[in-house]
Amino acid sequence: TANAQLSRVVGAAKNETPQSRTFIRGIQTVTLIPGDGIGPEISNAVMKIFEAAKAPIRWEERNVTAIRGPGGKWMIPPDAKESMDKNKIGLKGPLKTPIAAGHPSMNLLLRKTFDLYANVRPCVSIEGYQTPYTDVNLVTIRENTEGEYSGIEHVIVDGVVQSIKLITEQASKRIAEYAFEYARNNQRASVTAVHKANIMRMSDGLFLRKCREAAEKYKDVKFTEMYLDTVCLNMVQDPTQFDVLVMPNLYGDILSDLCAGLIGGLGVTPSGNIGANGVAIFESVHGTAPDIAGKDLANPTALLLSAVMMLRHMGLHGHAKKIETACFDTIRDRKVLTKDLGGNSKCSEFTEAICQRMKDMD
Amino acid sequence: MALYRVLSSSPNKPANALQSTLLNMQETIREPMVQDPTQFDVLVMPNLYGDILSDLCAGLIGGLGVTPSGNIGANGVAIFESVHGTAPDIAGKDLANPTALLLSAVMMLRHMGLHGHAKKIETACFDTIRDRKVLTKDLGGNSKCSEFTEAICQRMKDMD
Repeated sequence: TANAQLSRVVGAAKNETPQSRTFIRGIQTVTLIPGDGIGPEISNAVMKIFEAAKAPIRWEERNVTAIRGPGGKWMIPPDAKESMDKNKIGLKGPLKTPIAAGHPSMNLLLRKTFDLYANVRPCVSIEGYQTPYTDVNLVTIRENTEGEYSGIEHVIVDGVVQSIKLITEQASKRIAEYAFEYARNNQRASVTAVHKANIMRMSDGLFLRKCREAAEKYKDVKFTEMYLDTVCLNMVQDPTQFDVLVMPNLYGDILSDLCAGLIGGLGVTPSGNIGANGVAIFESVHGTAPDIAGKDLANPTALLLSAVMMLRHMGLHGHAKKIETACFDTIRDRKVLTKDLGGNSKCSEFTEAICQRMKDMD
Repeated sequence: MALYRVLSSSPNKPANALQSTLLNMQETIREPMVQDPTQFDVLVMPNLYGDILSDLCAGLIGGLGVTPSGNIGANGVAIFESVHGTAPDIAGKDLANPTALLLSAVMMLRHMGLHGHAKKIETACFDTIRDRKVLTKDLGGNSKCSEFTEAICQRMKDMD
């Protein structure tokens, strides 16, 4: 829509970053975690496209497969942690879910290691990849450290289990302020807090209160509140009414996937995780697709759009716009598409088509 | 996006076997509820998830104004209900859409084993909506509640 394009153009013109950091002029080093399965090939696609776009990014590849540290505790390899701590910005492909590996999920480990408290997913309809919904342009911001996924469960008596939903003032305040900051920096008009404070008066009530307090500090951004079930009901009927949505962990887990479904699924949805100390890891959230790994069939769009999100986070709006436009134009054109997008081109052909468009832009 | 739900159920099939037909929908692909709800049948879940999913699915077929609901209790108690609001702004003006309550009542008939009557009423209701001649405002028409009701009654008289 005109609005979506306008906010992107304005974003590019204003050249603001969501975090108030100044980046040194010149080449920025970013930690790249290719991941498993199709991870390496889609990472290669992104690197190729970035090169064709002449993006000032240098990639530092790292593996995050868990290792046992001193004392037997599972941790990410020290060189990966060191790289992220130094570079602050990371791009990550899909990771295998370890079933019998003995160590916890890598995503969980990364989240804990870098205190990745906000999961941000912009969901924008992609022209050329039709879904039953058009003109979707919203952002889900999910609190990612506590809530219903606190992991605190206990058996009261046999057959009766309790699960603790943990909501803290600190985490709620942090996510609420991030949401408003994001809205302001990305020229979004409104932030909606999604909750069930009518039922969960104390937990969601606390969360909501912190959102209201944050709203007071960002009067330039409109603030609304909506019950989760009402959001879902309205989301499937008219998603265009939504803008930025902020919510606790479980609701965010659900809504972020729901919204990804509206625009075409996890294969085309970007995602960013914001952590403490300026760390941010952008990632594709689809699986490793082992059945097509290594066959040059994968669709790099999700990782590419996550990388575009990363560029915007870093203030590199010009390059972000260029790459994003080339990607969307290629999809809209419908001549060179990977299988999941409805075509029968190879990953490398799709990548090449995007690179060619950018060369033509220059 | 226009969605019509065709309930295919006979006395031999369980009352909650649904087939959703989505009209005017472009290509659907794999993946979840919003992309291909037809892949789902009966879903059972704990309280919160049900709160969310039941409203989400109501949204897929047109919202709370056309969605039936039943609550099953202990000791054979069952209460069927429309789950939309009281709509005070149109109350008493003969503008309301009775579909949700009617379909809940149909659900009630099935629960009571009165499948023949359930089928008759449901068919009359769906045929009236499909016909698109007499519809309440929320369904896209400008008929009164009483006119919509009369149209359904008339269809049933014609069936006999």
